[in-house]
Amino acid sequence: MEMIVFVLASAMVLVGAVGVIVRRNPVHAALSLVLTLFGVAVHFVALEAHFLAAVQIIVYAGAIVVLFLFVIMLLGVDKAEDLSIEPFPIQRPLAGIVGLGIAGLIIAAIVRGRDALREAGEPLASDGDQNVQALARNLFEDHVFAFEFTSVLLIVAVAGTVLLTRKVKKPTAGGKAAE
Amino acid sequence: MLSSLLAADPMLDTDDWWSQVLVWIAVKVLAIFVIGLVATMLMVWFERKIVSGMQNRVGPNKAGPFGLLQTLADGTKLFFKEDLLPDKADKWVFRLAPFLAFVPAFLLWSVIPLGGDFSGDNDGTVTWGGVTTRVQLIDAPMGILIVLALSSIGVYGIMLAGWASGSKYPLLGSVRASAQMISYEAALGLSLAAVLLMSGTLSTSGIVDVQDGLLDWHIVSTGFIPFIIFLIAMTAELNRPPFDLVEAEQELVGGFNTEYSSIRFALFFLAEFMNVITMSGILVTLFLGGPQPLRIGSLDFTQHFDLRLFDFDWTIVSDGNYLALFGPLSGTVWFVLKTLIFLYVYVWFRATLPRLRYDQLMDFGWKLLIPVALGWFLVLAAIQLGRDEDWNIVAVVAGCLAVLGVSYLLFNAALVVARRNREREGAAY
Repeated sequence: MEMIVFVLASAMVLVGAVGVIVRRNPVHAALSLVLTLFGVAVHFVALEAHFLAAVQIIVYAGAIVVLFLFVIMLLGVDKAEDLSIEPFPIQRPLAGIVGLGIAGLIIAAIVRGRDALREAGEPLASDGDQNVQALARNLFEDHVFAFEFTSVLLIVAVAGTVLLTRKVKKPTAGGKAAE
Repeated sequence: MLSSLLAADPMLDTDDWWSQVLVWIAVKVLAIFVIGLVATMLMVWFERKIVSGMQNRVGPNKAGPFGLLQTLADGTKLFFKEDLLPDKADKWVFRLAPFLAFVPAFLLWSVIPLGGDFSGDNDGTVTWGGVTTRVQLIDAPMGILIVLALSSIGVYGIMLAGWASGSKYPLLGSVRASAQMISYEAALGLSLAAVLLMSGTLSTSGIVDVQDGLLDWHIVSTGFIPFIIFLIAMTAELNRPPFDLVEAEQELVGGFNTEYSSIRFALFFLAEFMNVITMSGILVTLFLGGPQPLRIGSLDFTQHFDLRLFDFDWTIVSDGNYLALFGPLSGTVWFVLKTLIFLYVYVWFRATLPRLRYDQLMDFGWKLLIPVALGWFLVLAAIQLGRDEDWNIVAVVAGCLAVLGVSYLLFNAALVVARRNREREGAAY
């Protein structure tokens, strides 16, 4: 049973991830990303991390990708891009190098941290509410400062974005704004 | 492993899988499917009938008794209509979108406790035909978060339908819809957090279980404000009047579903009305004690409600509990009665309230509902903490009010300054 769930969820993740890269239409790519996120949520449920699974759907699929789609729709970039024009010629080799580098880092991390991965380990908390409580204790007691700093960072980012996108209009002599 | 994936249901603690559990799950799924479709059909009829009553019309009265079968006739007609696929449509997404709207609407049924006996140590289970089970398909440990997740998936259906149609008006409708639904989801979540704070659990049956008497119902214990915010935010989530800018016929032809016809349109229509029913059920579960009977202190309305008006042999009723007549379904009777109140309220909204303008909608959501919901949540949290730490409750409430007052003044000042700046820059709005 666990094996079937694992295979299906992994297939969802991989198909989605390949789709994000291969699909030419940005909306289709975003939808493939949703498929990947759902697959990850299934993995979370199989690992008895119900809260993370729910948050994965609510935050990533429900808010972030919706925002992606929203921007794609508003800006009207939903046409397939002409890939023959390269605004920045070096980006393809650079992307290859960065991709290989990240893959190498992840593989190295897995190899180094293999001892930490226990086989068929017991879940930390089997009950759903205990699960949330353990997570809350971790966030709001052990890492409370990191948590608060992250929220400050987000607010600074929001304020900065608003400030950057604001067009400052110089008032003319009559007090009316010049267009 | 498997039992935790499916449900925390006492029914599943057995080795007798094939004959018992799977049959019961199949029965539950089938029951929810049938009840869901029939209830949606009746809801459409109910809405049309009530609205026509309020507008001094007759309403549907030809098909079946009282026009009850009108929806069935309309549905059958939709099946046989031509299924159009616009030339400029994105074929794949265009076909996918109705299902993205419809499937989450149906899945919502699975986490609502549709009945059950929450008195004593019964924990929401009923015994029926030798099987002890919940009147609920899954009692997932994160039940209420599943509701939020499904309602955020429902956004995709509407959003992609508008985009995939490849035409201007549906796109406008879906951009409006997604902006509105994302905005009001924040207020919805914050008022829901107030309920979770009081109940201390995320499972839907657990939330119902703590609401024993009227004073424990979350509508009272969270102090009405979250209930009102939830009701308003939910109406906006459902794109129901007065928040139905998504399908404002006068401006957008028909909104996101303009290009849809035949069965695909029927799926959107079905999803919309089914969402009204399921979200009313969620509201009842969260704030009105779901299938719990109405009890005030020691006064139990199931015991003292006098039904002797009807000419019926009441000897089968034990202990004066008239609802025992319904056996394991007595909780369901309460649930249906409470849900009907809100279904009526929605129809009432539609018949009486004019549609909001777009800037009014956004102002209302962001500048009123979200700050109030957040402030109220913080006050509730402070009071809860004060109770736990044994602080002086009067001082806690006074401190909260002082902080709230100061933040309200600051917020107001910010709004005034922003408006003055905009006016000075000569912005049109």
